[in-house]
Amino acid sequence: MAAYDFNSEMSSIVLNRKDNVATLLRDVIAGENITYTFEGKPQTLVVKSDIRFGHKVALYPIPKGERILKYGESIGAATEFIDRGEHVHVHNIEGIRGRGDAHIQKEVKNS
Amino acid sequence: MTIIKGYKRPDGRVGIRNHVLLMPTVICSNQVVNRIQQQVAGTVAIPHQHGCSQVGKDKERTHQVLVGMGKNPNVGAVLIISLGCEVMNAEQIRNEIMETGKPVIWLDIQDEGGTIKTIQKGIEAAKEMVKQVQDVPRVDLDLSELIVGVKCGGSDATSGLCSNPALGKASDLLVAENGTIVMGETTEIIGAEHILAEKAVSDEVHHKLYDCIRNFEMEIDRMGVDMRGGNPSPGNIEGGLSTIEEKSLGCISKAGSSSLKGVVEYAEPIKGKGFYFMDSPGNDIECVSGMAAAGVHLVCFTTGVGTPTGNPIIPVIKITGNERTAKRMEDNIDIDSSAVLQGKETLEQAGKRIFDEIVSVASGSLTKAEVLGHQEFSINRIGISL
Repeated sequence: MAAYDFNSEMSSIVLNRKDNVATLLRDVIAGENITYTFEGKPQTLVVKSDIRFGHKVALYPIPKGERILKYGESIGAATEFIDRGEHVHVHNIEGIRGRGDAHIQKEVKNS
Repeated sequence: MTIIKGYKRPDGRVGIRNHVLLMPTVICSNQVVNRIQQQVAGTVAIPHQHGCSQVGKDKERTHQVLVGMGKNPNVGAVLIISLGCEVMNAEQIRNEIMETGKPVIWLDIQDEGGTIKTIQKGIEAAKEMVKQVQDVPRVDLDLSELIVGVKCGGSDATSGLCSNPALGKASDLLVAENGTIVMGETTEIIGAEHILAEKAVSDEVHHKLYDCIRNFEMEIDRMGVDMRGGNPSPGNIEGGLSTIEEKSLGCISKAGSSSLKGVVEYAEPIKGKGFYFMDSPGNDIECVSGMAAAGVHLVCFTTGVGTPTGNPIIPVIKITGNERTAKRMEDNIDIDSSAVLQGKETLEQAGKRIFDEIVSVASGSLTKAEVLGHQEFSINRIGISL
């Protein structure tokens, strides 16, 4: 995995250019203007809710069912529409792997 | 070439600790083992829940872990305490450990005539063993002899951002010196296995890795559950990790950039050099115990929210990327890599600090888990109790 360009001036980090989420490097509050670097250029984004250090924020509007990308890889899918600046976590995304429950639901539907 | 100061064993293997290990073959021997351990300073014990009512592969796994713990070159001598009627074959365990040439004594509670007599005889035997191992000197050894486990537990978002990639840099330095890295946690490569599989040195290794994942996911399917809540755990989720895929993608960087030389089973001895994957649960204690039984000398353990994990026979170096955890749980954290997140240190610099700590711990300096007596041990089970 690549070495990321951490910068103490930025309040969040985007790990790969394909990503649709940024990871917060400190606690932020609703309405706050956060900063990150994208392709070498500083960017800003207004967050819609309080988000804690280490949690994720949407960089773009993400339709329901669309993949969430971090590290340039899929970390799951949106379970509802997620707007730019919204907190992205277990309340609005789900894993696709390790889902024995989804497998059971499929079986129930097919029977 | 980097030099470490360790112990040369009769079979030519190299250890970095010189423990006298007290081993119950079955849960029924735990109390006797614990009492001996309390009485004789310089001994470590591995009480566990298993050893009886087991069959097939599950029984073999417990056997292999016990034998592997005894054979680990960090152990200088072994005292085995059996009950006498259990499924584990104490005589066979003793004989396999004796192949290493180290002193092994076996006492059976039913043969000795009960708890008190076995404790008394065990204390005398353990006392002699402690004296015996004291005579083994620390000598100069090549770092390339070292087998290091890489593990993460109590992960949060900082694990994937800095502590794991920093550990990956240390892994690369170790492999560059012809050392060996073992990564476990099948659970925590789910969603990132394609990246790991690309590093496989052969099609066989590539397929073996996918087989581990397939078998694991089939078990989750059989149980009909969502892994989330179990893994990622509530603490992982609190720390910002939303799915197993996200956790896995942050996990795999701790092994560095080396090619994947092989995939081994839980507690299977590591026979080559370079980077190996061990098919194991993500559970911290089961994974570290499986590594110890596989012959790993020490484990580098990254944590986000903080955990005290240690092991009875192998040192566990605790590394965090979370500044708050480094301060709040200073008791337990050996290395703070959070300066990387603040842009004040590079991953390479943090990796070099971890590498230096590995060399220092391998030569005898104690980890915080060792100082505080953390000696967690648990055997992974794959079958029902009969």
